[in-house]
Amino acid sequence: MSIPSNLKYTKEHEWVEDMGDSTYRIGITEYAQNALGDIVYVELPDKDDEFSKDGTIVTVESVKAVSEVLAPFDCTIVETNESLEDEPELINSSAYEAWIVSVKADDIGELLSDKEYKKLLESE
Amino acid sequence: MFKRTVLYERHIALGGKMVAYAKFELPIQYTRIIEEHNAVRNKCGIFDVSHMGEIIITGEKAFDFIQYIVTNDISGMEIGSARYSPMCYENGGCVDDIIIYKFANDEYMLVVNAANLDKDYEWIKQNRKFDIEAINFSDKLSQIAIQGPMSKEIISKVFKQLPDKYYSFVDFIFEDCKKRVIISRTGYTGEDGYEIYALNEVILKIWDKLMVKGADDIIPCGLGARDTLRLEAGMPLYGHEISQDISPLEAGLNRFVSLDKECDFIGKEALTNQKQKGLRRRKCSIELIDKGIAREGALIFIDDMQIGYVTSGTKSITLGKSIAMAMIKKPYNKIGTLLQVNVRNREINAKVIRGPFYKRDKI
Repeated sequence: MSIPSNLKYTKEHEWVEDMGDSTYRIGITEYAQNALGDIVYVELPDKDDEFSKDGTIVTVESVKAVSEVLAPFDCTIVETNESLEDEPELINSSAYEAWIVSVKADDIGELLSDKEYKKLLESE
Repeated sequence: MFKRTVLYERHIALGGKMVAYAKFELPIQYTRIIEEHNAVRNKCGIFDVSHMGEIIITGEKAFDFIQYIVTNDISGMEIGSARYSPMCYENGGCVDDIIIYKFANDEYMLVVNAANLDKDYEWIKQNRKFDIEAINFSDKLSQIAIQGPMSKEIISKVFKQLPDKYYSFVDFIFEDCKKRVIISRTGYTGEDGYEIYALNEVILKIWDKLMVKGADDIIPCGLGARDTLRLEAGMPLYGHEISQDISPLEAGLNRFVSLDKECDFIGKEALTNQKQKGLRRRKCSIELIDKGIAREGALIFIDDMQIGYVTSGTKSITLGKSIAMAMIKKPYNKIGTLLQVNVRNREINAKVIRGPFYKRDKI
């Protein structure tokens, strides 16, 4: 299971990429997309929407179920990955390239490193 | 904790993701639901449906008894024919929907939903108005469904005797293991296909033979695909489109309710009254116009007025659009009606369309 070392992770199986200038891209990990199964719909938030830590930023729907992607930290939406509207399955085929939202945040708190996330997966 | 079917080891070996369903451990999928769904529509899928229940009714009065407990008319059934019917309570609500197999004039097999088996068996015993014997054979019998345009080609490589007409079955001794096998031309996917019944150990052998003969053209499919397939085909699922609170008339199953069959049957009076008074609500098929997916339980509105709810819904894999079956107040069930489905507080535009969503080309 791939866990890129340039990304940070959360316990809820999201990855966070530092884009510089207090901007971060958020997606879900290989492990998460595999657990969800075929993703058929992604409900994206709007630009400038604000979220508190653990708020539901995105709802990802697989054939059988609905899953929530939670905000890893307080943030504001800068951009959403619109290609996911027509091709939600991109998350399944390339979980680390298919970023879901790009946000602005002042304090991202404590996130897991790739090694820490790997340890988490091993204990699941 | 949960029962396992005789095919459990096969599911594990094939990478099945096991879940609990109707007291059994069964695979929800092996690879991807989308792949398995498409395999059934385009090639051939094989399902372990051993969780289904089988109750054998025997006795001189078997016919009379079954006529009494089901809404459909079973007169005119020949030996070797199967018939679908709802089974109702006095008030017209559904106990279950079942398939009746006629083995002989005094012997029938009722195939019932796994989740309702205990309830159905109790119901049968409680309502034994006629002198018959009812035996629950479910633990001894297993079942496989093989469905898809290539199902006939593949099953023919294992069995020489096959049912021809839809809803007919063959009942024979399988020379390979000298045991009885029943094969009906039935299914829950909307494709051509067969359902095979036999003793547990025999089904295991049959599964292995079909998998070998089917080679790359036969794909194991789980409960996930089973649900998306039946939904596209507009087939009801107990607990969703029918239930103890939904009558078969409301569920659009009127052609399986014989109000004019001569004998009395449980629910006849209530259903006759319901028909005479006129239904207040009716199952219908809807498709979403805006993006989103409508799922079971989602409320349906026209402006601010709630007019119904979704009984089953999904993103249709074959059709590429979001579809749902819903229970809607008359007259809003009319084809073409525009309505809104509330999904997580967002109003999604939808419309009532003619069902079923998917119908295969006639062979």
